[in-house]
Amino acid sequence: MKKTVLHDQHVKLGAKMVEYAGYHMPVQYTSLKEEHMAVREDAGLFDVSHMGEIVVLGPQATDFLDVVFTNNIRALTANQVQYGFFLYENGGVVDDLLIYKINDEHYFLVVNAANKDKDFAWLEKQAKSFNVEVIDKSPYYSELALQGPKALTMLQAHTNDDLSAISFFTFDDVTLEGKTFMVSRTGYTGEDGFEIYGEHTDIKMLFKRLLLNHEALKPCGLGARDTLRFEVALPLYGHEITDTITPLEAGYKFAVYMDKPTFIGKDALVKQKEAGLTRRIVGLEILDKGIVREGASVYHGDEKIGFVTTGYLSPSLNKAVALAMIDKPHDKLSHEVLVQVRKRTLKAKVIKKKLYQKNKS
Amino acid sequence: MKTPKELKYTETHEWVKLEDGFAFIGITDFAQDSLGEVVFIELPEEDDQISQGSEFATIESVKAASDLMSPISGVIVSVNDALEDSPELINEDPYENWIIKVELDDESELDGLLDSDAYEKLAKE
Repeated sequence: MKKTVLHDQHVKLGAKMVEYAGYHMPVQYTSLKEEHMAVREDAGLFDVSHMGEIVVLGPQATDFLDVVFTNNIRALTANQVQYGFFLYENGGVVDDLLIYKINDEHYFLVVNAANKDKDFAWLEKQAKSFNVEVIDKSPYYSELALQGPKALTMLQAHTNDDLSAISFFTFDDVTLEGKTFMVSRTGYTGEDGFEIYGEHTDIKMLFKRLLLNHEALKPCGLGARDTLRFEVALPLYGHEITDTITPLEAGYKFAVYMDKPTFIGKDALVKQKEAGLTRRIVGLEILDKGIVREGASVYHGDEKIGFVTTGYLSPSLNKAVALAMIDKPHDKLSHEVLVQVRKRTLKAKVIKKKLYQKNKS
Repeated sequence: MKTPKELKYTETHEWVKLEDGFAFIGITDFAQDSLGEVVFIELPEEDDQISQGSEFATIESVKAASDLMSPISGVIVSVNDALEDSPELINEDPYENWIIKVELDDESELDGLLDSDAYEKLAKE
């Protein structure tokens, strides 16, 4: 099993370690709920060094990404970040990812750890007819995610660079504690925050300094990372998006630019759109006592109409809620459905899939 | 990790205590710590028949659901209803907060269970 550079730190901090995507990763340190709430109220620090980093270089880098990536890559300017998908010809998802634009001939791609090798092989295959180089840089980077309303103030204490100049979905090189990092205003928690890429020893140094200097900053594990992204309906590959679920069904068409001439999977999506969607991801509020989990079947009377893609007792709402793929026309708001949980059938109601709304004060 | 001497244990992390001819059953300190915060327990009904090794309740942490296996066979005479509204009691004191009280079919079933030393050894592995 692979270890990130922070492995020994996690163990020292008393983390429960599990295998995830071939890495020995912390699932929680002290309490999943506390870690989750720290990110909603103060800030949390995640080791996300397992993520894959792939660089695309060459004169045709933009043309190439325009074809393999669903979003509008040509609209990106240097130092901007974009979210989108790689698709199969049938419209199913290869992976979801972030693309960082260094310049027209140089892009930095951040992909899911579990999909990295698959993505790299797929990209190399697609790249054959383009003048580009696709390089797996994962072994050279470690990554932290600093997330929460206090992330800016906390990180600012470690640099003379003005971090407020890095606006949402942009990035820049930043000197933190005398070392250079690539820092983006991004994350996967529904909160403000940063993702920080650097060399292994620099990331280790920064992880220690951040935790040492900020009492309100909690180290957070993969458990809280999942409940946080779930509450704000950010998809997780293998759950809300898979090789058999299209981005349209998952409700992420904002990251699919249908107006460009072509991209892999476009024809399938056009057809799906013309025929009309037959199902989509919705939120469920569980009305009976109980918690529904991924894989649970959803019924309308005796008819099976879908399945749960992720389910938790939401730490922010303290309610059992779920994301589920539901056949039309049962996907309408307030529609009552039934969820089979072991021997019990629980009543549930369709709600907006963004389960948690941040209080705008 | 607390492992009271007077209890018997299963390899699946339940404990059983014999008192006045009844068996009280709960989950171990090791189990509650591994699960993390318990947020819901699907409890059985009073008068349900249970058998050794069969599932009698499901305990949910934020992260996942886990089935509880009965250490013994018998009839449930009482269910700890307080857990319905306060499942976190399991984290606070897993030995004080039993889950079910059972009228045993056969006390000798207890002989096949682990003592505290054997359980502690197993949990540490």
